[in-house]
Amino acid sequence: MRLGAVLLASTLALSACSAGSLGSSDDAGGKTQITFLTNNDPANVKVAEAVIAAFETKNSDVDVKLDTRPQGGEGDNLVKTRLSTGDMADVFEYNSGSLLQAIAPQTNLTPVTGESWVGDLDETFKKVVSGGSEVYGSPWQSISGGGILYNKPLYAKLGLQVPKTWAEFMDNNAKIKAAGTAPVAQTYSETWTSQILVLADFHNVSAADPTFAEKYTNNQAKYATTPAALAGFQHLEELKKAGYWNDDYASAKYNEGLAAVANGTSAHYPMITFAVTAIETAAPGKTNDVGFFALPGTDASKNGVTLWEPSGIYIPKSTEGDKLAAAKKFQAFLASPDGCAAQASATQLGGPFAVKTCKLPDDVATAVKDLSVYVDAGAASPALEFLSPIKGPALEQITVEVGSGIRPAADGAKLYDEDVKKQAQQLGLQGW
Amino acid sequence: MTTVTDAVTEAPATTVPEPARRKSPYPYWFILPGGVVFAVFFLVPSVMAFWFSLTRWTLFDQEFIGLDNYVQFFREPALASGLWHTLVYAVTTSGLKVVLGMALAVLLTGPILGRGFMRSVAFFPVLVSTIGVGLTFQILMHPTRGLINQALDLIGITGPAWLVDPDWALLSVAFVDVWQGVGLALVIYMAGILSIPGEYFEAAKMDGAGAWHRFRHITLPLARPATVSVILLSLIGGLRKFDLIWAMTKGGPGFTSDVMASVIYKQYQAGFYGLSTAGNVVLFLLVILIALPLFWFFNRKEDA
Repeated sequence: MRLGAVLLASTLALSACSAGSLGSSDDAGGKTQITFLTNNDPANVKVAEAVIAAFETKNSDVDVKLDTRPQGGEGDNLVKTRLSTGDMADVFEYNSGSLLQAIAPQTNLTPVTGESWVGDLDETFKKVVSGGSEVYGSPWQSISGGGILYNKPLYAKLGLQVPKTWAEFMDNNAKIKAAGTAPVAQTYSETWTSQILVLADFHNVSAADPTFAEKYTNNQAKYATTPAALAGFQHLEELKKAGYWNDDYASAKYNEGLAAVANGTSAHYPMITFAVTAIETAAPGKTNDVGFFALPGTDASKNGVTLWEPSGIYIPKSTEGDKLAAAKKFQAFLASPDGCAAQASATQLGGPFAVKTCKLPDDVATAVKDLSVYVDAGAASPALEFLSPIKGPALEQITVEVGSGIRPAADGAKLYDEDVKKQAQQLGLQGW
Repeated sequence: MTTVTDAVTEAPATTVPEPARRKSPYPYWFILPGGVVFAVFFLVPSVMAFWFSLTRWTLFDQEFIGLDNYVQFFREPALASGLWHTLVYAVTTSGLKVVLGMALAVLLTGPILGRGFMRSVAFFPVLVSTIGVGLTFQILMHPTRGLINQALDLIGITGPAWLVDPDWALLSVAFVDVWQGVGLALVIYMAGILSIPGEYFEAAKMDGAGAWHRFRHITLPLARPATVSVILLSLIGGLRKFDLIWAMTKGGPGFTSDVMASVIYKQYQAGFYGLSTAGNVVLFLLVILIALPLFWFFNRKEDA
């Protein structure tokens, strides 16, 4: 009997300190304690700490506790599991766009459509944090642009111009190769980096056919049969065949790619501008040697950049009462100029803010200035994953295969269409 | 005294206790705690897996779609190559473990210097975490900066790119698997060899049998049960291998080292829960289909 009692007592004690009630010791000092969950990337954690500090100075009655989760697929699973068990942190950061749809915002998140800050949001961003007719999130960090990072000193030395068409880009590559430098860096040890030439080409796809995203979602347009969409895969194949990759492309890592383009050992690195925050670590003091241009397409007059929207700050339905009020304040803080300033103070910004009332500071990296030129001129479209809920999960393996010469471009595009189909069926979309 | 003899003499007369009806000295409810744990953590989830493989489910809801998941899974382009890779991997690792395990066991049961130490060294990799082994070899096998290729360079050989070469990736992982797992095969073989009576070897020696003949005609046939265990264990292990492959290549480059288990894992990671559950059922059946006949085959031969 005594053993039973001890067991029972310890189970009770265990359940009392389960994650759901982490904030149960809050009332001390009359502060409401809330937990904020974000991904564990060191640069991201630094921003989170700065934002929390700035927020707590403004709101002395709230105590925000930082909690972190893994990045990538593992983090996705953790978020889904915690949401489905009602065990989510009081406020959390998670992707916008197609990945947000995968966590069923209508079922799991608190809608915030009526909040005053929603009017300050960038229109595209507002769309990618919505589900049905409701808005669910405020922005975390800034908008990024996908395209080509290039080494400015090398361009100056060889007297090259920023290319506006794919043909011009290939001409530049030929000259760079002749000068003894690897024209394009690829880093297949971290497979996600292999997708950029396909994903960042989407501005060119929608320039050729503005309705592509809609048709694609409705199972009416395919990568393999739409020439503009197939081009991304063909570019990979073409560059590989021409021998334009760095020698160690198969084993190189993301940081090595950034270091290569910053130091000029590779001329180009297809990447998204959020990478500028990491250049300083990869190649100290070289951040401003790296410029940015949009992925060149067939038509110079339609040249423009593909944009990645920030992730969002969401509140799960499981947050209630005082904690809900505090979490809403925190969410609103990130859509205010103070929130933007706190983020800018902690990190090198990767692009413009998704909040209209926020201004970009003057000391941003060169690549971000280059990006702003496109955005200000309106030559920009959101990436496909923000216009359509479907993104096939195997794209990064397929692009590695095409870029390594294991699989032809046409075959890769066809395989990706199959992958997309599974995603659409899993989401229960009409017409698949 | 009388009562005892009475009981003894009386007993056969009244009831003959049949062996089948003799009650176990332990009541059945002794197995209850173990049974509950087994049912809750193994039986129930296994049965549920068969149901969920017929649905398209998320963590929030489910929809019954019949056999669609299986149809989709068998149409999966990565699956055909994944199946092939699984077989190549299982057969390669199993074969190498048998050959190397036997060779090492013969060596380490013989009269050599520092035998106890050598045995420990050979068994040591088994004790190391698989993920740790995977990450270590990932560094050792780096095409230019890895220790293996630098060492090969010294003797004038340009090593392959190992994990990032599509033709070598799967085999590279298989080699590491053998390195790590051969210790277990070694222990099984050593037990098998040491249980062979020494008289056989002495008698053979008297008759003039050389070392090769003693191995071929005494060790090899009499260590047969050990060989069966090693083949079965390493084959089943190879068929469902996941951790080492995931730590070293994640199935890459592209899909060139994808096996069944990693294909299934990726479907799960992508949120195709029904599809990956169906994949697990397929893997379960595949392992049974390969392992059971093998098991029967080996056991029957043993009886004959």
